[in-house]
Amino acid sequence: MQNLRTVITFLLAIVAPLVIITIILRETPADHTLLNNLRETYEIEHKPGVDHSKHEVLQQEFTNPHLITAACLSCHTERGQEVMKNSHWKWEREAYIPGKGVTYLGKKTLINNFCTGISSNEGTCNRCHIGYGWQDKTFDFTNEYNIDCLICHDNTGTYEKARGAAGYPPMGQDAPDYKNILAHVGRPKRNNCGYCHFHGGGGNNVKHGDLELALLTADRTIDVHMGVDGMNMACVTCHTAENHQIQGRYYGVSSSNTQRVTCEQCHTSVPHTNSKINEHTIKVACQTCHIPVYAKVNATKTAWDWSTATQRKDGLPYELLDTSGNETYTSIKGGFHWERMVKPEYIWFNGTADHHMITEKINLDNLPLNINTLNGEYRDRNSKIYPTKIHRGKQPYDPVYLTIIQAKLWDKEVNKGALWVDLDWEAALRTGMEYLDLPYSGTYDFIPTQLFLPVNHMVSLASESVSCSECHTRKDGRLNDLRDFYMPGRDYHVGIDTFGKLMIIFSFIGVLIHGTIRVFASRKNQIK
Amino acid sequence: MKNTKKVYIYKGFERFWHWTQALLIMFLALTGFEIHSSYSLFGFETAVNLHNKAAWGFIVLIVFAIFWHITTGEWKQYIPTTKNLKAQIEFYITGIFRNAPHPTKKTLLSKLNPLQRLVYLGLKILIIPVMVVSGLLFMFFRYPQSGMIKTVNIENLEIVALIHTLGAFLLITFLIVHLYLITTGHTITSNLKAMITGWEELEEDTEETKQEN
Repeated sequence: MQNLRTVITFLLAIVAPLVIITIILRETPADHTLLNNLRETYEIEHKPGVDHSKHEVLQQEFTNPHLITAACLSCHTERGQEVMKNSHWKWEREAYIPGKGVTYLGKKTLINNFCTGISSNEGTCNRCHIGYGWQDKTFDFTNEYNIDCLICHDNTGTYEKARGAAGYPPMGQDAPDYKNILAHVGRPKRNNCGYCHFHGGGGNNVKHGDLELALLTADRTIDVHMGVDGMNMACVTCHTAENHQIQGRYYGVSSSNTQRVTCEQCHTSVPHTNSKINEHTIKVACQTCHIPVYAKVNATKTAWDWSTATQRKDGLPYELLDTSGNETYTSIKGGFHWERMVKPEYIWFNGTADHHMITEKINLDNLPLNINTLNGEYRDRNSKIYPTKIHRGKQPYDPVYLTIIQAKLWDKEVNKGALWVDLDWEAALRTGMEYLDLPYSGTYDFIPTQLFLPVNHMVSLASESVSCSECHTRKDGRLNDLRDFYMPGRDYHVGIDTFGKLMIIFSFIGVLIHGTIRVFASRKNQIK
Repeated sequence: MKNTKKVYIYKGFERFWHWTQALLIMFLALTGFEIHSSYSLFGFETAVNLHNKAAWGFIVLIVFAIFWHITTGEWKQYIPTTKNLKAQIEFYITGIFRNAPHPTKKTLLSKLNPLQRLVYLGLKILIIPVMVVSGLLFMFFRYPQSGMIKTVNIENLEIVALIHTLGAFLLITFLIVHLYLITTGHTITSNLKAMITGWEELEEDTEETKQEN
């Protein structure tokens, strides 16, 4: 009987805790149901319901691209009006900005710190407009025959726009093969979007860092969604559109927290098995952990110093390349810095942004000047930590009027004031500001500027996402610069830590001394 | 030499509770201070997971312990008293070196000396509850926005984290002193043996110690 009790006690004392510990420590198996459902949904390949090669109206020998648009609109009768409401057409959007009121901002009006702005440079910049002939302020935004349907809907990948032709394709001999192209029009493919969006800032991957030609052929390690060995998703799979209103925001020009494309729209806001990680999504954007690096294949431009432009060597413009073949200096544009495999910088962001207007005064006590300001802070319920590319520039400003100056950069002819042709800052700035009807004092200097670009693409494999200790660490963590909140593992209270350590040390020394005295005292007592 | 008698002073559950609590507190300290970035051992992520799981284990244990204390009446052991308090302090400061007798007689009905009563009571009603509550706030911090508990919604983790850290330092200090004081029983190992086996040689009282019920 006594033995049986011992056995039972033993079982309860040893086995029961083990069972409890095992139950507690057991890992919940990962649930892939959602991912598998998504895979199934997006595996369905889109097939057009119409064979455009059978349409008679498309069987003409086109030489004038406006007539192609007319042919498209003869069937798609309402699409022209739709497109003309879209920001791809207007290059501006209505938005309310606190302090500024209702604004109409976009590429049309805003400055940036790459090529600084389109005004007076439309001939070359507006090659990326979805229209034909926006070469100056006289462009007719209400004429639907000015729309370039093909730049987005050519599925052959052969349609292109000519250099310096304000959005027109090459003409005559060099004209695209319209017959073939018109037989293969359809939903935009990756290279339709990429034709412009991969080349923002004047070259592949210059501007965004996470949007570039490599995405046409990359595997899942570069972009887990677009990888050709995986789901092979198109841009428009996420950037959906209804009536040509395309979802998605680029905060170099956008201001409001609407029409955004989010990871959550497919993955939900709590997609992890581990609740501790799900909890992070309240304050941390998906991108923050899942895009540990961007510009994974080709380098992106991270700094642009206009102040060194116009230098000549032996009287001639020149350029310098780095070991990877990226331009580090050109006489027409100044100095550049390029980076590959870039760790993003992190900011609080709530989806709203402000923009520095060319008419706004610069506060010289607060440099670098933020060309755009992404709003957010820890205490703001709508803010999350986002990864960003911060493009640092040095661009011309007017030290008398304290404004940014728009330079005329491009022209077909010499002595029209174009910097890239004449290498004359003074003339370029004067001509640019005259074009905008804005005052220019005649003197110029350069100030540091920065532009914030949230990084959203090139999502890595789950196994490569940012690990806990890359942020939860005392020194040099990824979130080192975000100091408006307490983060375990990074932050501590110097007073409490010092007090705590001293308490431990003193109690240890205390018991040591006490113990030593006891040892000696007991010896003494024994001798007695 | 006074008469002594072997008494079954620490019951089975009591010992299980004591040692499990000891292990859990040490393990929580070990993982907790790694989360605090005091050192690197398991890696931050593993440390957090282990810490949280051990915390739940600790909470379960506390629930059982509370039940045990109430049903057995053992909670009365912790009622603070000033009787002999001064004598007990003097004993640790001077008497112990002269081999003076313990000023408080340890009996089945009064296992704790007045200092122990005070310190353990402080642990039970202050330090441990504060650690549990701050720990739970740590776990559920801002969870309301993900639809879990709607009432717990604090703006900043900082105050919670600092209290939790301070409590951890206090517990470690307690642990060091407690471990040392184990050796101050009738013999160096008698306290430890008692907490392991349950049996301890106690001075015979004039009033006969009651047999366990």
